[in-house]
Amino acid sequence: MTSATVQTATAEKEKTGRGAPADSDRVKAENSLGRKLVLPAIVLMLLVTAFPMLRALYLSLFDYSLTAPEDREFVGLQNYLTALSDGLFWRDTLNTVGIMVITVAVELVIGFAFAMVMHRVIFARGVIRTSILIPYGIITVVSGFAWQFAFSNTNGFVNSWLPFIEDNFNWFGEYGSSMIAIMVSEIWKTTPFMSLLLLAGLAQVSEDMIEAAKVDGATWFQRLFKVILPNMRAAIMVAVLFRALDAYRIFDNIFVMTAGANGTESISFLTYRQVIEQFQLGIGSALSVLLFLSVLVVAYLIVKIFRVDLASARQEG
Amino acid sequence: MKQKIGLGIGLAAVLTWCLLPVVWIISLSFKSQEAITNGSLGFLPAEGGRAGWANYADVLQDEQFRRAILNSIGISLIATTLSVILATLAAYAIARLEFKGKKFVLTTALVIAMFPVVSLVGPLFDMWRTIGIYDTWLGLIIPYMSFTLPLAIWTLSAFFREIPWEMEQAAQVDGATSWQAFRKVIVPLAAPGVFTAAILTFFFAWNDFVFGISLTSTESARPIPAALSFFVGPDPFSRPASLLAAGAVVATLPIVAIVLLFQRKIVAGLTSGAVKG
Repeated sequence: MTSATVQTATAEKEKTGRGAPADSDRVKAENSLGRKLVLPAIVLMLLVTAFPMLRALYLSLFDYSLTAPEDREFVGLQNYLTALSDGLFWRDTLNTVGIMVITVAVELVIGFAFAMVMHRVIFARGVIRTSILIPYGIITVVSGFAWQFAFSNTNGFVNSWLPFIEDNFNWFGEYGSSMIAIMVSEIWKTTPFMSLLLLAGLAQVSEDMIEAAKVDGATWFQRLFKVILPNMRAAIMVAVLFRALDAYRIFDNIFVMTAGANGTESISFLTYRQVIEQFQLGIGSALSVLLFLSVLVVAYLIVKIFRVDLASARQEG
Repeated sequence: MKQKIGLGIGLAAVLTWCLLPVVWIISLSFKSQEAITNGSLGFLPAEGGRAGWANYADVLQDEQFRRAILNSIGISLIATTLSVILATLAAYAIARLEFKGKKFVLTTALVIAMFPVVSLVGPLFDMWRTIGIYDTWLGLIIPYMSFTLPLAIWTLSAFFREIPWEMEQAAQVDGATSWQAFRKVIVPLAAPGVFTAAILTFFFAWNDFVFGISLTSTESARPIPAALSFFVGPDPFSRPASLLAAGAVVATLPIVAIVLLFQRKIVAGLTSGAVKG
């Protein structure tokens, strides 16, 4: 084991401070060991993401269908023009953005309420923790089925439970109600995750500060908006960023619940359909690249608009 | 007192939220298939529309479903083991060593955690068919590993930072060899973190659907979520809801078991990356 030498090196360096001379043997040894240890993980991560992404970039410049691979021909940016000038692409992007905004907003509110409950409760903590982890752990496909059947007008229960809905109302017969059903499944499954992240942030807000505000006569609302929320900003932002990007990739629920019927397709679903169902690797790759770019744009916008502190997400704080 | 009542209501709301759909799918799995075909509105199986364990027996006798469970267990366990080993090495380096390129590793992990997986399906489909690992366990294990590595690396490096590494040297001063010090002091301290990372990784692999449907074509590698979505039953025109529900319950049992046993560790792992540690 070389770890012993490494530890002495680190221990010594911590004593002398971070600005140790770069050419010392120990620093070199540490550098090389560090790189060796992360190498397998890095290679694997890039092998399955960066390399295929570059390949997609290359393939997107061809008219290429797996049903007729010998007809492959270079078309330049034609695939991108086709995708971007097609109403389908924009309709699906709009669907995806809509799902992202609505689900994350609802999850944030409900998740925060759940976090408050979990934070205050002093009994039955194990029971709550167990139940809150079940939606998190459940397979998304299973959640999709559970809600699809719950909303079903032949075997479900939602119609008979909701007073203002007719018993034979078909939720999957039109766009709006289909989207609601999809979002309910998405929100149900991911709110617990959100609430756990928020709970961790809530635990960092000092009780003394809340108590002091109370003594100074702040109302419950003032304490919430002036003391608690500003102090858990980092946790909220990280939760929003992670969940928003996750919601932007929505695929499983749509596949299971509507399979894109009534215009409920997401951008991930469109890409999947082009590549796997229609074997259109050329235009499918162009869509892959556009999907990747749009995730980057969404991430950038969230980081800029909400000024997310990424260092805390990476635990470098 | 008023606060206590409010808290009680809140608690009931949380529990209902989390458990109602689960109870529903269990209830649905006990509706008989005739009742489903004829329509059976309502939360609980109606009188005369109960199936007992018949749906479970049918699902478990289905060759494709049994095969899918086996695939899911095998693929998820192998991917989890390998991913955790690689992540442990990387996380040790990140938590303990100063080296150039550390930022690059962390940034790569962050980007991959947010990667739109569907955009990889096309190129991977093409590549896997070229090199011959399409529709094999390996073809799924590789992407599962690379997509669980970021989470595993974060979780583990957060845990490793908390370990009092001086104890290893203390043990050596007391006469232990470096191997003994590592095995008797560091391994027990690091084990809970490794274990937590393993659980989260397993959840991801078990849950995956995108790779499961795109990179497999037969039952030789198709995992449970994909098998469930392709499960049509004897009558292709009406979905066998109660059979599917029984299959879904079976597929959920391992997750529930893990949650029941290790809830504390899972929460610690999930939130370790979210706040400054």
